[in-house]
Amino acid sequence: MAIDTDTARRVAKLARIKVEDEALPALAQEFSAILGFIEQLNEVDVDGIDPMTSVTPQRLYRRDDVVNDGDQQARVLANAPDAREGFFAVPKVVE
Amino acid sequence: MTDLTKLTIAAARDALRKGEVTSAELTTACLTAIDAADALNAFVHKTPDVAQAQSAAADQRLQAGDAPDLCGIPLGIKDLFCTKGVPSQAASRILEGFRPEYESTVTTQLFDAGAVMLGKLNMDEFAMGSSNETSVYGDAVNPWKVDDRKLTPGGSSGGSASAVAADLCLGATGTDTGGSIRQPAAFTGITGIKPTYGRVSRWGIVAFASSLDQAGPMTKDVRDSAILLRAMSGFDPKDSTSADIAVPDFEAALTGDIRGKVIGIPREYRMDGMPAEIEKLWSDGTAMLKDAGAEIRDITLPHTKYALPAYYVIAPAEASSNLARYDGVRFGHRARIAQGDGITEMYEKTRAEGFGPEVQRRVMVGTYVLSAGFYDAYYNRARKVRALIKRDFDQVFADGVDAILTPATPSAAFGLGEMADADPIKMYLNDVFTVTVNLAGLPGIAVPTGTDATGLPLGLQLIGRPWEEGDLLNVAYSLERAAGFVAKPDRWW
Repeated sequence: MAIDTDTARRVAKLARIKVEDEALPALAQEFSAILGFIEQLNEVDVDGIDPMTSVTPQRLYRRDDVVNDGDQQARVLANAPDAREGFFAVPKVVE
Repeated sequence: MTDLTKLTIAAARDALRKGEVTSAELTTACLTAIDAADALNAFVHKTPDVAQAQSAAADQRLQAGDAPDLCGIPLGIKDLFCTKGVPSQAASRILEGFRPEYESTVTTQLFDAGAVMLGKLNMDEFAMGSSNETSVYGDAVNPWKVDDRKLTPGGSSGGSASAVAADLCLGATGTDTGGSIRQPAAFTGITGIKPTYGRVSRWGIVAFASSLDQAGPMTKDVRDSAILLRAMSGFDPKDSTSADIAVPDFEAALTGDIRGKVIGIPREYRMDGMPAEIEKLWSDGTAMLKDAGAEIRDITLPHTKYALPAYYVIAPAEASSNLARYDGVRFGHRARIAQGDGITEMYEKTRAEGFGPEVQRRVMVGTYVLSAGFYDAYYNRARKVRALIKRDFDQVFADGVDAILTPATPSAAFGLGEMADADPIKMYLNDVFTVTVNLAGLPGIAVPTGTDATGLPLGLQLIGRPWEEGDLLNVAYSLERAAGFVAKPDRWW
């Protein structure tokens, strides 16, 4: 399936990656090549097959639902690009 | 004792226990070799202070007689593992400056066993690549060289492979999502095993595709892989996909006796246009296992052809979800924003600056295949094909096959930059023999067994039954002994 530049722009937006307009045609072409490769999957008869949800038969391990962590604000914030007054700081999100 | 860096883990362990060498001496020898090997660009964050402190502690334990196998052994750690207080960047700009406040389960286990960390190893960005050329640190270089060209050590665990092959460390950790341990191991003439999915905890390892990612050892020989794998393995309540299954002594499984074992040769792995030397390597390996008393059986894995396309839906889909966390808020890089920019612009600029082109491409492909209207056509279909790929293997194992022998890679190492103009799919073909194993969650090991016409190493892959890494390592051990691959790269760096 050929991907046009509008679709490439929409996907970039969904992925929250800024792509300049002049880069969109090349990106669309790359997507088309990769999706063309993926399209081989349409040859496979998958009738009656369930999509794999776990590669090993085991059930996901569940821990007890108890508080076992916390009270380490400084460590949580230690790597933040912008932390103020005990919070992660971001540009204004509410007008 | 000279050339301490050339020791295997097993030999170093025995020498340490006998008091013939100290961990401090081994560590110093490795640190010296690392400093002389900057041209390989394998170690990207050196940690000599950590190494010296850990080796001093290990020497005390050795003296006290409390010495697990890895006590005092200097290792390299792939940059994908979070190591407390030490840069852990997944070779990405977006994690620049990130120093984890915690230690991954694997490195915790290694350090508890007395292992010494020499530094962090180069890799493809977020483990996405097969040549170590997508790294923010620049290319890692293969110590093997046959002309003026610098060759790739493979990827994504290219720094790990280069470091082990060049004797900069005694062993290294790697991770493997589609072949990222086995392909670089084959390109550099070393051994690497990807264990069964769930054998090794993923906690604290930067996630790429969570249903495929597994960590494993990269070492100088099969015995060392057995030793290091045992230390990395085990149930971890912090990883919900970790398996609560006992870890056997893999080294004890190395008897070299494979009489009566059934080795499957899958016909679908004989690709069109396969180079004659790969074909020969494979048939030579088959003959070696037969001579060792194994029964050789032709088998069929009919959905093999669809493994790569299924992988290139599932892995990007999972990556797009996992990498959503890199938003410039909690850790890593944040883009400078312009007047009037809001939080969306901050996300978009941060991710455009922080992710390299291959990572951006895969995140966007993943976003596309998961988007409304395409989820069933791409993602669900790929997961159904994945179920069929696994069923192929289940069938073969149910019919009594113990292990499967295939080539590890379609060629020997290629030159850095040679694939720059190729379309991405050409690079993806590097994983054609390895990716099925991740999709089926099976253990797979690459063993060096020969060279190409120019003298570059080539490897074969053995694929085992789930949870039977011991048996698999034993077949690999038998193959290793028969092949007698002992060549080392000439030092040019």
